Amino acid sequence: MTSTLTISALTKSFAGLKALDTVSLTVEPGMRVALLGHNGAGKSTLMKIVLGLLPFDSGTVGVCGAAPGSAAARAGVAYLPENAAFHPALTGEEQIGHYLSLRGESPKGARALLERVGLHEAAGRRIGSYSKGMRQRVGLAQALIGKPKLLVLDEPTSGLDPVSRRDFYALLDDLAAEGAAILLSSHALTEVEARTDRLLILSKGRMVASGTLADLRREAALPVTIHMTARNGYAADIAAALPDAIRFGAQLELSCSQQDKLGALARVTGLGDRLADIEVMPPSLEDIYSHFSRRDGQ
Amino acid sequence: MNRILATALAEFRIAFRNRWVAIAIGLMALFALVLSAAGSAPTGALGADRLSVTVASLTSLAVYLVPLLALLMSFDAIAGEAERGTLPLLLTYPGSRVEILVGKLLAHLIVLALALLAGYGLAAAAAFLAGPGAASGLPALIRLGWTSLLLGATFLGAGYALSALARRPSGAAGLAMGLWLGAVVLYDLALLAAVVADGGGWFTTDLFPLALLANPADAFRLFNLAASEATAAAAGVGGAAAAVPLWQSALSVLIWPLAALALASAAFRRVMV
Repeated sequence: MTSTLTISALTKSFAGLKALDTVSLTVEPGMRVALLGHNGAGKSTLMKIVLGLLPFDSGTVGVCGAAPGSAAARAGVAYLPENAAFHPALTGEEQIGHYLSLRGESPKGARALLERVGLHEAAGRRIGSYSKGMRQRVGLAQALIGKPKLLVLDEPTSGLDPVSRRDFYALLDDLAAEGAAILLSSHALTEVEARTDRLLILSKGRMVASGTLADLRREAALPVTIHMTARNGYAADIAAALPDAIRFGAQLELSCSQQDKLGALARVTGLGDRLADIEVMPPSLEDIYSHFSRRDGQ
Repeated sequence: MNRILATALAEFRIAFRNRWVAIAIGLMALFALVLSAAGSAPTGALGADRLSVTVASLTSLAVYLVPLLALLMSFDAIAGEAERGTLPLLLTYPGSRVEILVGKLLAHLIVLALALLAGYGLAAAAAFLAGPGAASGLPALIRLGWTSLLLGATFLGAGYALSALARRPSGAAGLAMGLWLGAVVLYDLALLAAVVADGGGWFTTDLFPLALLANPADAFRLFNLAASEATAAAAGVGGAAAAVPLWQSALSVLIWPLAALALASAAFRRVMV
């Protein structure tokens, strides 16, 4: 299958500072790709280049088989900007109707689109009276116009409450199932973990990691922590049996690498009923994200 | 074409809700009525019909008011979208930047046309009420109407260009007011001062007519006064109107809107978001 978005060795500098440094990626139809990185990591710059809003210095970018910003590319790409903004004097229905007309569709479809994002009741009110979350939904509604081949979503879930966020990802699942390629950005791995097919981590303009969550977990090889609670009076016993554990009162913590996990667990369970409880804690999503986004910066 | 109409519809709604339609109509109507009342004195002495005199007065009014209204409506067009953050999304939609500009221009021209219709219509009605024979001034009024629209289009285009250059609404507003002062007020003062200092020399005979044609506001005034029967009723540049052939001022009136739109388009193309 040909890729909807192909970027290879893309480089872009602003006044001598490299915002993007030889970044390569592809997004196939039906694939949801999350672009992660700190503020200033280059996510928005990358998206604006894909949309044809910014020129780039070197490398190649193909959007739906055409140059970014060309008529063919713009016809197939939908964009949701970070903090989607609209004219406050227009109603939600008028604004979406306008966007429908710009894409050559009938403005009468506006209400159905607003219903799809849960805004049908506010459709006749001016956008000036909307909350941030409602404006974000208007932004999402316009991104759904005309079955786009590629959706570029810049921090789409910022400003959404947890329930809306779940609805949003359910919508993305539908779009991906229909064959749309999705590139979305976020600065929190916890927000995108289960709902995307591939994660890309940008740090200071360079791609520092790429793969599924399982790939990244393996590659990061961060230690697993075994958390133990001792029965009354046995904490000192356990500390003596496990010299590499750290003790805080009746609590003990043992860190080990992924490969040593089973061996360590065997040692811990060997302690028998001196233990009240154990918990095995894999590295958190935040730990994995920090591992990759800091590695390059330091 | 659909995209242009859709943009025009949205822009007209915005202009209507922001009270621009009401403000423009109110301003034109008010000034036209004041002029009709104040300009009733000289009729008999000039021997011109009532409406032709009114048209001559309206021409002087339009030279100031039409560019002002046009610049007030247009300075926010691009800088405002940039500041609100609506521009990046708009630019990812199909359609060229020229289409966006032409859509906005169409909406703003309709607002201007409504204002002109109200103002000129009231003035014409007053002339008809005051006495018979006003019908002979109708062609001049119609000519004033469409040239006023073209003058408006010129300054709308100039306003879009400034809006794109300034990037921020506050800066664009300042530039727009500067352009208005410069093109409509100071330009004529400077020319008059030069003519007086020159004392009928090369500047007055050769350069002065060209300088008038180069300014869209002056070309508009020249064309309307030269074509009108009521040249005698107008003061100031009225004398110069006789020295410039009609086709030259007509050409300037027709070319300026296109030039302004080309300028706006070039400035808008350079805007990066």
